Amino acid sequence: MIAAYLVLLIPLIGIVYFTLAGHKTDTGKLNIKFNGICLLATIWLAVNVLNQGRIISSNEAFLIDPFNVYLIVLTAFVGFTTSIFSSPYMAHEKEIGKLSDQRLKLYYSMFQGFMLAMYLVLTTNNMGIMWVAMEGATLATVLLVSLYRTPESIEAAWKYFILCGVGIAQALFGTILLYYAAVQIGDGENALLWSVLYENADKLNPEILEIAFVFLLIGYGTKIGLVPLHNWLPDAHSEGPTPMSAVLSGLLLNDALYAVVRNKMLVDGATGSNMAGFLMMGFGLLSFLVAAILLHRQKDIKRLFSYSSIEHMGLMTFAFGIGGPLATFAALLHMTVHSLTKSAIFVTVGHAAQLAGTQKIDQIRGLIKTQPRIGWGLLIGTIAIAGFPPFGVFTSEFLVLLATMHSYPWLAPLLLLDIGIAFAGLFRHIQPMVYGIPPKDQQAIKANLWPVIIHLALVLWLGLAIPDFLANWFSQATLLISGSTPL
Amino acid sequence: MNIEQLDFYTQAILSMAALVGLTSFLMLGQGRLLRLIFVFALQGFLLTLTTALAAYSLDNPHLYISAVLTLVLKVIFIPWMLRRQVLHMNMHRDIEALKNNTFVMLGGASLMVFSYYVLHPVVQSSSAVMLNALAVSLSVMLLGMLLMISHRQAIAHVVGFMSIENGLFFAAIVATNGMPMVVELGVAFDVLVAAVLFGIFFLHIRTSIDTLDVDMLNRLHEVDK
Repeated sequence: MIAAYLVLLIPLIGIVYFTLAGHKTDTGKLNIKFNGICLLATIWLAVNVLNQGRIISSNEAFLIDPFNVYLIVLTAFVGFTTSIFSSPYMAHEKEIGKLSDQRLKLYYSMFQGFMLAMYLVLTTNNMGIMWVAMEGATLATVLLVSLYRTPESIEAAWKYFILCGVGIAQALFGTILLYYAAVQIGDGENALLWSVLYENADKLNPEILEIAFVFLLIGYGTKIGLVPLHNWLPDAHSEGPTPMSAVLSGLLLNDALYAVVRNKMLVDGATGSNMAGFLMMGFGLLSFLVAAILLHRQKDIKRLFSYSSIEHMGLMTFAFGIGGPLATFAALLHMTVHSLTKSAIFVTVGHAAQLAGTQKIDQIRGLIKTQPRIGWGLLIGTIAIAGFPPFGVFTSEFLVLLATMHSYPWLAPLLLLDIGIAFAGLFRHIQPMVYGIPPKDQQAIKANLWPVIIHLALVLWLGLAIPDFLANWFSQATLLISGSTPL
Repeated sequence: MNIEQLDFYTQAILSMAALVGLTSFLMLGQGRLLRLIFVFALQGFLLTLTTALAAYSLDNPHLYISAVLTLVLKVIFIPWMLRRQVLHMNMHRDIEALKNNTFVMLGGASLMVFSYYVLHPVVQSSSAVMLNALAVSLSVMLLGMLLMISHRQAIAHVVGFMSIENGLFFAAIVATNGMPMVVELGVAFDVLVAAVLFGIFFLHIRTSIDTLDVDMLNRLHEVDK
């Protein structure tokens, strides 16, 4: 359990330290160290869970089980590699005069603040605290979206703040209804603990929980970026600094989905029907369809990939909605591979945008000629996210498709068509950016592509063979969520 | 349900619910920013009274803490901050011409009916009083959203946002006698940080577009034109 406290304590120290010490030349490196130590702590935590199974703290405030432990490690890992990318990236932004020391101080302390909120969402056992931490993540990132203080970035941040704030208020109403159902079966102060609720799920009033789930899905769904609540997402991703886009896409969306699934487990237990699943399927499929079509109309490279995030989150929500063991397993795997791939892509996109000096797709040309590593990184990343074998995204999408064919065969052609549309939407933009003729004075820049290489290698590995311990966690989590194992 | 047969506490809660709902409607039709902020503070004050009443009647001391939190945040700090912004921007004489005011009010009334409809299953497991309380909280939330849609000033948006929070607090107090203390403190902390951030945002919006009319924030589109 010490490991879990350590995971929360390190970012907290980070916030305090960065706020008090101000920005120095080595702050970026220090940020890497903080995230690195945190990654080690999460690995320690994971080893504990591997040896002992589910861990619950003595006051029942924290709960680590196979469902959240891999997300915790993933969060720490993506946080670590993004901080490696962000250090030279932000230094470059300062060199070209886009940011001051004051803003960088804000950036680094809020980076740690965001990580703290993410760890708290994942580790807490209390549904109320989960909401508080989720809102905390919005509050930590909202000033980072407007970090450049351009009119566009302020508009994006305002939209993000209002939409996510109002959206997540719905989730609080859902949580209150959940609590209302829980106090009816007794136990006031502990009634919001997930472990207690899960054990007594069949006693909770199903009608109230159904209403509660609608609010919870709308609330956390705003954060997942489900259509039609997705409006803030492309704006926030495109106007904020790129490392922020990487963690928003890779971590925040995942954690919001995690919150929905935790709640779905309770609702399923109470209602005994798949009502929650149907809602998730509907929203998921709609997001998947709309985002894939909108991919074709984008002119900004970061907006392009944020729509791709909406599309993939839609697919995951859909898969969790189907709810069988196969679909759940696929969704868990997809959460992992999407998060790794998408953060790798945003890192490459950040370099590409610095190289070309713009985020406009039709002005980024010939990456592979000017700087082959960036060009190849973008190309391979896109191939991976579009779902080509042998990458992990292919495996998970294939499993989702299999599960769909098994449960709802009439939806399978729609999914296939949509994957095709999304593929075309990505490649019509990526192809000229990578292969086109570079502008005359385009110079190579200093770029650290190690995070990209490591992420994509991991995705490749997951596509070829899932390591035993991970497969074991996925099956245990599947057992927890869907009630039976896929293997 | 015969209201005379209910105990004093329940009767008081029902009146409070009615008053809180009324303040939401008052805000909805309000074009002057200073009055809007005043009505918002009034709603916060009603909420404080409700919390204190619940704390006294149910003998639940931790609710006194949330009553104080509500008083400080919703009645004093946030209205003070907003009022200062309005005076600073010299907007206190402006009257916002609300388009379709009649329709907005009718929409508000139908949202209230809708809230009752949505929450009707609650009656089966508890009293009709609970239905009233929960439905009013939900409609306060929905009216807050309608307020944000129908007004164009950023300050009105913040008032709408915070009144959504008021609706949530009302639900938490009346339906469940307050959330667990740690959650309540967490939520209050979030509200405080949000209020401070809004203050920072006003400054940024003003320096970038020189007005707090959010209709002017229109540069980003779903698809590029």
